[in-house]
Amino acid sequence: MGNTKVLAAVFGPHAVTRRSEQRSAEEGAIMVCEYAMAAFSTSERRRRGKGDRRSTELSMAIRNTLEQAVMTELLPRSQIDVYVQVLQADGGTRCAAINAAVLALAAAGVPLRDLVASVAAGHLDGTPLLDLNYTEDSGGGPDLAVALAPRLDRLVLVQMDSRLPVDTFQTVLELAREGCKTISGIMRAKLLEHTQRLAVARGLVGGGQG
Amino acid sequence: MDAAVRVRAHQPGADIALIERALNVQDAPNSEQFVCVGDEIPTEGEEGFLRGHGTQVVDGKLVATVCGLVQRVNKLIYVKTLNSRYNAEQGDVVVGRVADVAGKAWRVDLKSRQEAKLLLSAVHLPGGIQRRRNAEDELNMRAFFREGELISAEVQSVHGDGSVALHTRSAKYGKLVCGQLVEVPPNLIKRQKQHFHTIEALGVELIIGCNGLVWVAPLRPDRAAASADGGAGAGADGDADGAEPPPPPPPSRVQLEVVCRLSNAIRVLTRLYMHVYPAAVLAVYEAAADNGVALRDMLEPEFLEAVAAQEAQRRGSAMQE
Repeated sequence: MGNTKVLAAVFGPHAVTRRSEQRSAEEGAIMVCEYAMAAFSTSERRRRGKGDRRSTELSMAIRNTLEQAVMTELLPRSQIDVYVQVLQADGGTRCAAINAAVLALAAAGVPLRDLVASVAAGHLDGTPLLDLNYTEDSGGGPDLAVALAPRLDRLVLVQMDSRLPVDTFQTVLELAREGCKTISGIMRAKLLEHTQRLAVARGLVGGGQG
Repeated sequence: MDAAVRVRAHQPGADIALIERALNVQDAPNSEQFVCVGDEIPTEGEEGFLRGHGTQVVDGKLVATVCGLVQRVNKLIYVKTLNSRYNAEQGDVVVGRVADVAGKAWRVDLKSRQEAKLLLSAVHLPGGIQRRRNAEDELNMRAFFREGELISAEVQSVHGDGSVALHTRSAKYGKLVCGQLVEVPPNLIKRQKQHFHTIEALGVELIIGCNGLVWVAPLRPDRAAASADGGAGAGADGDADGAEPPPPPPPSRVQLEVVCRLSNAIRVLTRLYMHVYPAAVLAVYEAAADNGVALRDMLEPEFLEAVAAQEAQRRGSAMQE
């Protein structure tokens, strides 16, 4: 998204590594998420541990979003690990992280309820903005992170740290919704292309002969 | 002599591009068969369809939950994924690593959603004795398989929650030593009648586990005999220190090279996302041997390209027939 680059990796579903976390068969899979920023991701080189408060909070936001996207009830007694690494940060890293994680899960064949997409929206100098970059983000305006399940038209994540009048909030939220739908469409097209390429390589479809 | 280490830039998707070029595909075919997460699967004119894997019903419409190909068998509609973890089925031959010895069972890592269990009562006692397992057998479980060892087994049953029970009640299953393990995406492996292959001409045995682990080892005619002798001391009279089978004679250099070449052949197929089965593996092996491709050059793009071209030719001729 813009100049933001994110790498997501999915491991599993596999057996639960810590026995104490094992849930009963009815409850479904455990999601484990880890968000980290590379030292070289911002313009100033800064060493960031994965244990700092910001990344812990973001890991939690990502986990909560993904838990609603994945059909965990189909995978009882298992665990899915998602590792997200920000390679280049230019605003909206949490949304990019969610999108990357959803794509990775879909590519790994994990059953998903919907292709959840996420985008940030803001409001600066009387104009609603979509997908803020770093300069826009540091302008001091409100920053609203939204994740949407497009088929069900249901919001799975809404996060905002500052205040905003209700009517402006409505317009900003509407804008973010539209943005999510667009992004979901792009993700869908990319995933479909990926699946088709895999199928062609495997000779599953006869249409491969040029 | 060229440098011992060759560095190449990483090109994502280069291997798929290779086979696409060989097959002469300009753009991926746009077919109705493909679905993506959240796509609706058309069900017109199909009253009372059955919902299969990878689908869910939302507001009376069938919606895919995974990316893949839509398959229809009579009234059943399901989506086949192209890349996922191994899903065990009864009767599968698998290769796994013993993770843990727990009570009356070994926990085996199959690269599946959960660890599989191999019950003590599901292993073959040495000498084929039929009896109940007692506490002494339980104490001597490590004489059969220790943690970290590789075993081949068969899936006995799959429970409702996806947990798997294995058995090794045949002389052909058991511990795997002195060989090479190759990991393959499980979707690339076809279920076949035979998963144990002995290639006499090369003196190699090949176990293609349905879970995507492939075992390549030099052929040892004494294997069955050795494992029976080794276990006899442990199981029958509870003598734990006599349990180790005599170490087999180390394979010769030629044999090892054959094993490595076969493993590399499997890796080549994996890189090109092609099915792994004995005929294909041997075809790649022979292509490498005929063209005098050195062992370490087998995973170079030049050879991959040649294999892709060969595959394209094979598919082309299969189409004409």
